[in-house]
Amino acid sequence: MHRIRWHIVVFLAPAVLVYTAVMIFPLFNTLRLALYSEIENVRVFTGLANFRTLFGDPLWSEAFWNALGNNFWFFIIHMLVQNPIGILLAAILSHPRLRFAALYRSAIFVPTILSFVIVGFAWKLILSPIWGIAPNMLDAVGLGSWFQPWLGREGSALTTLALVSVWQFVGIPMMLIYAALLSIPEEILEAGEIDGITGAAAFWKLKLPLILPSIGIISVLTFVGNFNAFDLIYAAQGALAGPDFATDILGTFMYRTFFGFQLQLGDPHMGSAIATGMFAIILIGVCLYLFGIQTRMRRYEL
Amino acid sequence: MNKARRNPLNNAAMHAILIAYTCVALFPVFVILINSFKTRKAIFREPLALPDADSFSMIGYQTVMEQGDFFLYFQNSFIVTVASLFFVLVFGAMAAFALSEYRFKGNTLMGLYLALGIMIPIRIGTVAILEMMVATGLVNTLWALILVYTAQGLPLAIFILSEFMRQVSADLKDAGRIDGLTEYTIFFRLVLPLVRPAMATVAVFNMIPIWNDLWFPLILAPAEHTKTLTLGSQVFIGQFVTDWNAVLSALSMAILPVMILYVIFSRQLIRGITSGAVK
Repeated sequence: MHRIRWHIVVFLAPAVLVYTAVMIFPLFNTLRLALYSEIENVRVFTGLANFRTLFGDPLWSEAFWNALGNNFWFFIIHMLVQNPIGILLAAILSHPRLRFAALYRSAIFVPTILSFVIVGFAWKLILSPIWGIAPNMLDAVGLGSWFQPWLGREGSALTTLALVSVWQFVGIPMMLIYAALLSIPEEILEAGEIDGITGAAAFWKLKLPLILPSIGIISVLTFVGNFNAFDLIYAAQGALAGPDFATDILGTFMYRTFFGFQLQLGDPHMGSAIATGMFAIILIGVCLYLFGIQTRMRRYEL
Repeated sequence: MNKARRNPLNNAAMHAILIAYTCVALFPVFVILINSFKTRKAIFREPLALPDADSFSMIGYQTVMEQGDFFLYFQNSFIVTVASLFFVLVFGAMAAFALSEYRFKGNTLMGLYLALGIMIPIRIGTVAILEMMVATGLVNTLWALILVYTAQGLPLAIFILSEFMRQVSADLKDAGRIDGLTEYTIFFRLVLPLVRPAMATVAVFNMIPIWNDLWFPLILAPAEHTKTLTLGSQVFIGQFVTDWNAVLSALSMAILPVMILYVIFSRQLIRGITSGAVK
């Protein structure tokens, strides 16, 4: 019979306790609260009623699908703009004899360390028609007529904010891809050179297949990050995610529902139902990655 | 080495792209900083000009100093960040040591359980977290934030640290055991100093998201005396929307501490990311 090795318990206990009490338990408690409603100040179990409201009541379902659709658009912009730019910058930075590489790297990473509040307001001011920095700069290159109050228009506000978010976070894919590129052994590239594969061809045929696993991880990180995003939209457009909910994503929708806004009272149970939806979406995304992409991806032993 | 790799034209193109993107990355910060030192007139007339003797003004900073309690906000952010990092590192390292050093029943399961939180954002549980903080009276205290950030940081910390702890030589620990050291002494005296670089990586990774978070301060600690710098500047700027001097100065003051931290820790941060800790 084993005696209990108390030191193991002591080593594990603080982390497991805090993690369980503050993360795992509230997570499942939130999923549970989604099945309750408050009727006459009493919490009663109502089963799937909240979800029926969320998907069945046109007022709610319209807001939900709007937020979900916007969230997907937000994610697509990140995948199409942020990650390719990140890969391009990383490919250039990893060039063996590039001078000032460390300087560029540090400078390009600066936006990533700034808070959403700074980023949101800074871009709001720059794009503001009142201040006129963006229109004046466009004027200077003869494109003055292109300027629009992008953040104020329903058609362009979400894309603009997504691009601001791309601007902020491009440093992360850049760094991760940069690290992956550096870990490719020189012999492989030299072997390629002997076979006449150089320059751009070397990138597409040798390096890109080798960094695919990193691109996969970046994609899933982007997905999770985008589907619980909130701060940038809140800082730039407020909880109402204007104009006319054009920039509403799941995070802002949940916040509004949970805390209430204007005349509508906050409803923690409906908030939980939306959180449950977010949880399901993130879970599906992560599972797709783990079981669909990661296991099929060819990993090259380096 | 072949020619394509040192083609001067290629080289110029690479620098052109990097310089262009560096400008894009730094331009907004630059604009905010220079305009925070200008008079209201100059801000609008020549937004891209550097402040000169004529246009120089500190009026925005005066408003910020009089109206907002930025030192308190800064202090709150500082306490929350340092305390959370401390708990993440100590608790995380202890759990990582238990998982990587001892074979016990349920070890793998425990590892998986603790890794769940790497991919699932803690924000999903916000409704129940707020309820719990209200029930325990922790709402509007810094402890609420410290607890949440500790729980949020632990999964990745444990994952990274246990990878590193597996590399610590077993001979060293066994030698310690033969000398009669307790398991606690082995952990604190032998193992912890050896994984210090990994601890620094974990600290830097956690520091920025904690410092910059808006969601939890807004929900768990929005009271005036517990506002963090991020929330404080958000509220302040919201109130002074039309006072451009004050807004620009407040933004600059929010940028400053992060930039100082970045200059101090950027080598560590970049080394941490590029060391493949999250490959």
